[in-house]
Amino acid sequence: MTPSISTANYLCIGCPLGCRLEVDTAEEDRIVEIRGFSCKRGKEYAAQEHIDPRRNVALTVGLRGGALPRLPVKTSAAVPKARVLALCAALRDLVIDAPVRVGQVVAVNPLGLGADIVATREMGVG
Amino acid sequence: MISSKPAHLQGVYDVVVAGGGPAGLGAALAAREAGAERVLVVDREKEAGGILLQCIHAGFGLHHFKEELTGPEYAGRVLREALEHGVDVLSDAYALDVLPDKRIKLMSAEHGVTLIEARAAVLSMGARERTRAAIRIPGARPAGVLTAGFAQRLVNLQGCLPGRRVAILGSGDIGLIMARRLTLEGVEVVGVFELMPYANGLNRNIVQCLRDFDIPLHLSTTVVQVHGRERVEKVTVAPVDDHLKPVLSKAWDVPCDTLLVSIGLIPENELSRQMNLRLDPVTNGPVVNSAMETSRDGVFACGNVVHIHDLVDFVSAEAGLAGRWAGLAAQGRRPPEDNVRLSAGENVGYCVPHSLSTEREHTVYLRVRKPMEQSVIRLSSSDGRFTVDKKVRYVFPAEMINLKVGPRMLQNFHGDALRIDVLPR
Repeated sequence: MTPSISTANYLCIGCPLGCRLEVDTAEEDRIVEIRGFSCKRGKEYAAQEHIDPRRNVALTVGLRGGALPRLPVKTSAAVPKARVLALCAALRDLVIDAPVRVGQVVAVNPLGLGADIVATREMGVG
Repeated sequence: MISSKPAHLQGVYDVVVAGGGPAGLGAALAAREAGAERVLVVDREKEAGGILLQCIHAGFGLHHFKEELTGPEYAGRVLREALEHGVDVLSDAYALDVLPDKRIKLMSAEHGVTLIEARAAVLSMGARERTRAAIRIPGARPAGVLTAGFAQRLVNLQGCLPGRRVAILGSGDIGLIMARRLTLEGVEVVGVFELMPYANGLNRNIVQCLRDFDIPLHLSTTVVQVHGRERVEKVTVAPVDDHLKPVLSKAWDVPCDTLLVSIGLIPENELSRQMNLRLDPVTNGPVVNSAMETSRDGVFACGNVVHIHDLVDFVSAEAGLAGRWAGLAAQGRRPPEDNVRLSAGENVGYCVPHSLSTEREHTVYLRVRKPMEQSVIRLSSSDGRFTVDKKVRYVFPAEMINLKVGPRMLQNFHGDALRIDVLPR
């Protein structure tokens, strides 16, 4: 008996090319083929997106004593897509003291999602 | 903030750059690398870096730095690179004019109005957003109607939310990015309304900014009325027919307290106009040759002031070219002449540069007018005796195409004008 193959479609968000990805799966959602990617990252994204979609998140946190009231930050790794809004809500009242350097960790593994929150802009004392 | 004030402004600058975004900073760096001794960047903000500083999301730098960076990281890197290479950056200052002898008239709080000598200039003033007035949305004029980029500045730099329930008109990338950004801040985004039958932003942004959060995208739909006296209370939206005319009988109301408009960017060319440079009526930016030199010798241009880019990486590439030739021009070396005029044909909105040389390698940037699957980019002579085709998968107005053109491709071409068409295969 030949297993029935179903195809899921994704659009790659890895770069502006926006490749149209197809993931073929057999029984129990086992991936048998991935098509439509133009690079290794695209192929990895397709598999990841099918099994466990994740996103990098960029937001701002409060800044005290700096030239601006907000500090831009990002996650150090992609977090589960379904937890993105919860993560942002958890960081809403966080305030950091200036000065801050690029790459500085401002929150360690919030919500235990496996990603730290790091600053993306240098902010001196203002 | 990265401190960048030059000690004093005096003597003659080799190259003066108007605008300290990624275009200007990249051009300044390239001018230094080409041997220009004294290079000055004039920027109107407190810290140079341009609009990237408010674009806190990732997606920048994959080409230029070979890694994905956020806007502030990209801006920080180009500013540091320029400063480390001895570029002077004057922030909180305006370039008011470039005189025919290339003296630059500056205005700053610190120096007042000053004339400084320069041997070459680079225009990199960027762009500004089209506003509600540009498309004349009928209705009241309450508070709460603002451009997506201004909302981005409020949220990301000043920490103010523009409203609690937001509708977005236009599916440009800035609008899409703000739909996600506001959602992350707990604001309800009720929908994105796009006049055209296709989205104007990158597909990846439709996915990661709208679909991820179930924000509806209404294509072929526009805002026909803004309601509210002090503050926006609702907008009326309607589908449009094939001639983009709203079908009012099918209109419906969308309650919201804020309307963001993301309806395109306009190159900021007041300075270019004042200098009486030749402008392209489609791009609204200066006409440039393959060295990014404008119609005035020794004055170069790059970035969004020339044409609107969707990727800063290509701005940096263009800035490298403009800055290098500005640096060389300041040392008395003219860019080589172009021998071919380039024009936009079938389904091509514009192409930049406006001329090139059969002797050198070029990147030609172009934008299509309408989306097309399975197409071919054709370069041809006016008499049709020369054609060369390049297959492409699919083309969208939102995605700038960069086409490599070089001597090999043009070896059987002997004319002085080429046309670019994008045709179905």
